[in-house]
Amino acid sequence: MEAKTKITAKDQQQDLVITREFELPVELLFRAFTEANLVEQWMGTKVLKLESKPHGSYQFETSYDGNVVFRANGTIHELVPNKAITRTFEMENAPIGVQLEFLEFEKSSDTSSKLTMHIVYRSAEHRAAQLKLPFKQGLNMAHNRLEEILSQLK
Amino acid sequence: MNLRRDVFQAIADPTRRAILLLVASQAMTAGAIAANFDTARPTVSKHLQVLTECELLRQEQHGREVYYQLHPEKMKEIADFLEPFRQLWEQRFNKLENLMKNLKDQ
Repeated sequence: MEAKTKITAKDQQQDLVITREFELPVELLFRAFTEANLVEQWMGTKVLKLESKPHGSYQFETSYDGNVVFRANGTIHELVPNKAITRTFEMENAPIGVQLEFLEFEKSSDTSSKLTMHIVYRSAEHRAAQLKLPFKQGLNMAHNRLEEILSQLK
Repeated sequence: MNLRRDVFQAIADPTRRAILLLVASQAMTAGAIAANFDTARPTVSKHLQVLTECELLRQEQHGREVYYQLHPEKMKEIADFLEPFRQLWEQRFNKLENLMKNLKDQ
Protein backbone atom coordinates (compact mmCIF):
# COMPACT_ATOMS: atom_id res chain seq x y z
CA MET A 1 0.00 0.00 0.00
CA GLU A 2 1.32 3.43 -0.86
CA ALA A 3 2.06 5.62 2.15
CA LYS A 4 -0.62 8.24 2.66
CA THR A 5 1.63 10.71 4.44
CA LYS A 6 4.30 12.25 2.27
CA ILE A 7 7.17 14.49 3.29
CA THR A 8 9.19 16.67 0.98
CA ALA A 9 12.41 17.99 2.47
CA LYS A 10 14.82 19.45 -0.04
CA ASP A 11 18.48 19.18 0.80
CA GLN A 12 20.06 22.22 2.48
CA GLN A 13 16.73 24.02 2.91
CA GLN A 14 15.16 25.17 6.16
CA ASP A 15 11.62 24.02 5.51
CA LEU A 16 9.63 20.88 4.79
CA VAL A 17 6.19 20.00 3.51
CA ILE A 18 3.98 17.24 4.90
CA THR A 19 0.91 16.21 2.90
CA ARG A 20 -1.84 13.76 3.69
CA GLU A 21 -5.16 12.78 2.12
CA PHE A 22 -7.96 11.96 4.55
CA GLU A 23 -11.16 10.03 4.05
CA LEU A 24 -12.94 12.75 5.98
CA PRO A 25 -14.95 15.82 5.04
CA VAL A 26 -12.77 18.92 5.36
CA GLU A 27 -14.99 20.23 8.21
CA LEU A 28 -14.14 17.19 10.36
CA LEU A 29 -10.45 17.39 9.49
CA PHE A 30 -10.41 21.03 10.57
CA ARG A 31 -12.17 20.25 13.87
CA ALA A 32 -9.44 17.71 14.69
CA PHE A 33 -7.00 20.66 14.82
CA THR A 34 -9.15 23.18 16.66
CA GLU A 35 -10.93 21.28 19.45
CA ALA A 36 -8.81 20.49 22.49
CA ASN A 37 -10.36 17.11 23.35
CA LEU A 38 -9.83 15.89 19.77
CA VAL A 39 -6.24 17.15 19.56
CA GLU A 40 -5.53 15.35 22.84
CA GLN A 41 -6.67 12.05 21.41
CA TRP A 42 -4.78 11.94 18.13
CA MET A 43 -1.66 13.83 19.23
CA GLY A 44 -1.46 11.73 22.37
CA THR A 45 -0.78 14.74 24.59
CA LYS A 46 -2.64 16.73 27.19
CA VAL A 47 -3.89 20.08 25.91
CA LEU A 48 -3.52 22.69 28.67
CA LYS A 49 -4.80 25.48 26.51
CA LEU A 50 -6.04 25.89 22.94
CA GLU A 51 -7.55 29.17 21.81
CA SER A 52 -8.53 28.47 18.23
CA LYS A 53 -8.79 32.03 16.96
CA PRO A 54 -6.49 34.66 15.48
CA HIS A 55 -3.97 35.79 18.14
CA GLY A 56 -4.89 32.82 20.32
CA SER A 57 -2.31 30.58 21.93
CA TYR A 58 -1.92 26.95 22.90
CA GLN A 59 0.04 24.68 25.24
CA PHE A 60 0.56 20.93 25.14
CA GLU A 61 2.01 18.78 27.90
CA THR A 62 2.68 15.04 28.13
CA SER A 63 3.55 13.25 31.35
CA TYR A 64 4.89 9.79 31.89
CA ASP A 65 5.03 8.27 35.38
CA GLY A 66 4.36 11.69 36.91
CA ASN A 67 7.19 13.39 35.01
CA VAL A 68 6.64 15.91 32.24
CA VAL A 69 8.32 14.42 29.16
CA PHE A 70 7.04 16.79 26.50
CA ARG A 71 5.90 20.40 26.49
CA ALA A 72 5.08 22.51 23.49
CA ASN A 73 3.45 25.86 22.89
CA GLY A 74 2.70 28.37 20.20
CA THR A 75 0.46 31.14 18.99
CA ILE A 76 -2.15 31.16 16.28
CA HIS A 77 -1.75 34.02 13.85
CA GLU A 78 -4.49 33.27 11.41
CA LEU A 79 -7.42 30.89 11.44
CA VAL A 80 -9.79 30.60 8.49
CA PRO A 81 -12.44 27.92 9.22
CA ASN A 82 -12.03 24.80 7.04
CA LYS A 83 -9.26 26.47 5.04
CA ALA A 84 -6.14 27.52 6.88
CA ILE A 85 -4.26 27.88 10.14
CA THR A 86 -1.02 29.83 10.45
CA ARG A 87 0.71 29.26 13.76
CA THR A 88 4.04 29.02 15.52
CA PHE A 89 5.13 25.87 17.33
CA GLU A 90 7.90 25.38 19.84
CA MET A 91 8.89 22.19 21.59
CA GLU A 92 10.35 23.17 24.95
CA ASN A 93 13.87 21.99 25.87
CA ALA A 94 14.55 20.83 22.32
CA PRO A 95 17.27 22.12 19.95
CA ILE A 96 14.74 22.74 17.18
CA GLY A 97 13.69 26.28 18.06
CA VAL A 98 10.47 27.98 17.09
CA GLN A 99 8.92 26.89 13.82
CA LEU A 100 6.37 28.59 11.64
CA GLU A 101 3.58 26.37 10.34
CA PHE A 102 1.23 27.00 7.45
CA LEU A 103 -1.62 24.49 7.54
CA GLU A 104 -3.86 24.30 4.50
CA PHE A 105 -7.09 22.33 4.45
CA GLU A 106 -8.58 21.46 1.08
CA LYS A 107 -11.83 19.79 0.17
CA SER A 108 -11.23 16.93 -2.31
CA SER A 109 -14.84 15.70 -2.35
CA ASP A 110 -17.76 15.67 0.12
CA THR A 111 -16.10 12.80 1.96
CA SER A 112 -12.38 13.43 1.45
CA SER A 113 -9.90 16.19 2.07
CA LYS A 114 -6.23 17.06 1.92
CA LEU A 115 -3.93 18.61 4.49
CA THR A 116 -0.72 20.41 3.58
CA MET A 117 1.60 21.43 6.41
CA HIS A 118 4.42 23.72 5.38
CA ILE A 119 6.88 24.01 8.26
CA VAL A 120 9.62 26.65 8.24
CA TYR A 121 12.55 26.33 10.67
CA ARG A 122 15.03 28.96 11.77
CA SER A 123 17.81 27.35 9.72
CA ALA A 124 18.68 24.16 7.84
CA GLU A 125 20.46 23.00 11.02
CA HIS A 126 17.29 23.42 13.08
CA ARG A 127 15.39 21.38 10.52
CA ALA A 128 18.04 18.67 10.65
CA ALA A 129 17.64 18.55 14.45
CA GLN A 130 13.91 17.96 13.95
CA LEU A 131 14.44 15.14 11.49
CA LYS A 132 16.91 13.40 13.78
CA LEU A 133 14.58 13.63 16.77
CA PRO A 134 12.35 10.62 16.03
CA PHE A 135 15.48 8.43 16.05
CA LYS A 136 16.29 9.67 19.53
CA GLN A 137 12.72 9.25 20.72
CA GLY A 138 12.68 5.73 19.36
CA LEU A 139 15.95 4.98 21.13
CA ASN A 140 14.76 6.51 24.39
CA MET A 141 11.56 4.51 24.27
CA ALA A 142 13.55 1.34 23.65
CA HIS A 143 15.82 2.23 26.58
CA ASN A 144 12.89 2.94 28.89
CA ARG A 145 11.28 -0.33 27.94
CA LEU A 146 14.55 -2.12 28.59
CA GLU A 147 14.83 -0.47 32.00
CA GLU A 148 11.30 -1.54 32.88
CA ILE A 149 12.00 -5.12 31.95
CA LEU A 150 15.32 -5.13 33.79
CA SER A 151 13.85 -3.59 36.94
CA GLN A 152 11.23 -6.35 37.03
CA LEU A 153 13.98 -8.93 36.98
CA LYS A 154 15.64 -7.48 40.08
CA MET B 1 28.42 27.12 -13.08
CA ASN B 2 28.42 23.84 -11.26
CA LEU B 3 25.24 23.60 -9.20
CA ARG B 4 25.24 21.28 -6.28
CA ARG B 5 22.90 18.37 -7.07
CA ASP B 6 20.05 17.92 -4.69
CA VAL B 7 19.01 14.33 -3.97
CA PHE B 8 15.53 15.31 -2.91
CA GLN B 9 15.04 17.41 -5.99
CA ALA B 10 16.30 14.48 -8.03
CA ILE B 11 13.64 12.13 -6.71
CA ALA B 12 10.90 14.77 -6.87
CA ASP B 13 10.75 14.32 -10.65
CA PRO B 14 8.37 11.53 -11.81
CA THR B 15 10.51 10.49 -14.82
CA ARG B 16 13.58 10.17 -12.61
CA ARG B 17 11.64 8.09 -10.10
CA ALA B 18 10.51 5.85 -12.98
CA ILE B 19 14.14 5.48 -14.11
CA LEU B 20 15.17 4.44 -10.58
CA LEU B 21 12.42 1.82 -10.49
CA LEU B 22 13.46 0.55 -13.90
CA VAL B 23 17.14 0.03 -13.05
CA ALA B 24 16.27 -1.35 -9.61
CA SER B 25 15.76 -4.77 -11.18
CA GLN B 26 18.77 -4.77 -13.54
CA ALA B 27 21.59 -2.60 -14.85
CA MET B 28 20.66 -1.01 -18.18
CA THR B 29 22.23 1.07 -20.94
CA ALA B 30 21.01 4.61 -21.61
CA GLY B 31 19.42 3.40 -24.85
CA ALA B 32 17.49 0.61 -23.13
CA ILE B 33 16.26 3.04 -20.45
CA ALA B 34 15.22 5.65 -23.03
CA ALA B 35 13.24 3.01 -24.95
CA ASN B 36 10.83 2.88 -21.98
CA PHE B 37 9.90 6.55 -22.24
CA ASP B 38 8.12 8.71 -24.79
CA THR B 39 10.45 11.55 -23.84
CA ALA B 40 13.21 12.57 -26.26
CA ARG B 41 16.50 10.73 -25.82
CA PRO B 42 18.49 13.87 -24.76
CA THR B 43 15.90 14.50 -22.02
CA VAL B 44 16.42 10.99 -20.67
CA SER B 45 20.20 11.52 -20.87
CA LYS B 46 19.81 14.69 -18.83
CA HIS B 47 17.82 12.81 -16.18
CA LEU B 48 20.50 10.10 -16.07
CA GLN B 49 23.14 12.77 -15.62
CA VAL B 50 21.27 14.30 -12.66
CA LEU B 51 20.79 10.89 -11.02
CA THR B 52 24.45 10.02 -11.55
CA GLU B 53 25.69 13.36 -10.20
CA CYS B 54 23.77 12.92 -6.98
CA GLU B 55 25.04 9.33 -6.78
CA LEU B 56 21.67 7.59 -6.95
CA LEU B 57 22.93 5.84 -10.09
CA ARG B 58 26.35 4.43 -10.85
CA GLN B 59 27.87 3.96 -14.27
CA GLU B 60 29.70 0.79 -15.17
CA GLN B 61 31.65 0.20 -18.36
CA HIS B 62 31.09 -3.16 -20.06
CA GLY B 63 33.09 -3.24 -23.28
CA ARG B 64 31.80 -0.35 -25.35
CA GLU B 65 28.55 -0.05 -23.42
CA VAL B 66 27.91 2.02 -20.32
CA TYR B 67 25.44 0.45 -17.92
CA TYR B 68 23.52 2.36 -15.27
CA GLN B 69 22.75 0.71 -11.98
CA LEU B 70 21.19 1.70 -8.68
CA HIS B 71 23.41 2.82 -5.80
CA PRO B 72 21.44 1.18 -2.97
CA GLU B 73 23.37 2.74 -0.07
CA LYS B 74 22.58 6.22 -1.32
CA MET B 75 18.90 5.30 -1.74
CA LYS B 76 18.83 3.96 1.79
CA GLU B 77 20.37 7.18 3.05
CA ILE B 78 17.41 9.19 1.78
CA ALA B 79 14.84 6.77 3.13
CA ASP B 80 16.44 6.47 6.58
CA PHE B 81 16.76 10.21 7.05
CA LEU B 82 13.09 11.04 6.58
CA GLU B 83 11.37 7.77 7.32
CA PRO B 84 11.12 7.90 11.15
CA PHE B 85 9.74 11.44 11.01
CA ARG B 86 7.28 10.47 8.28
CA GLN B 87 6.12 7.44 10.28
CA LEU B 88 5.55 9.62 13.33
CA TRP B 89 3.13 11.78 11.34
CA GLU B 90 1.60 8.80 9.55
CA GLN B 91 0.70 7.29 12.93
CA ARG B 92 -0.75 10.57 14.22
CA PHE B 93 -2.79 11.10 11.06
CA ASN B 94 -4.08 7.51 11.09
CA LYS B 95 -5.29 8.11 14.63
CA LEU B 96 -6.88 11.39 13.61
CA GLU B 97 -8.69 9.74 10.70
CA ASN B 98 -10.04 6.88 12.84
CA LEU B 99 -11.05 9.24 15.62
CA MET B 100 -12.98 11.56 13.34
CA LYS B 101 -14.57 8.69 11.39
CA ASN B 102 -16.00 7.32 14.64
CA LEU B 103 -17.19 10.78 15.57
CA LYS B 104 -18.99 11.00 12.23
CA ASP B 105 -20.72 7.65 12.79
CA GLN B 106 -22.10 8.61 16.18
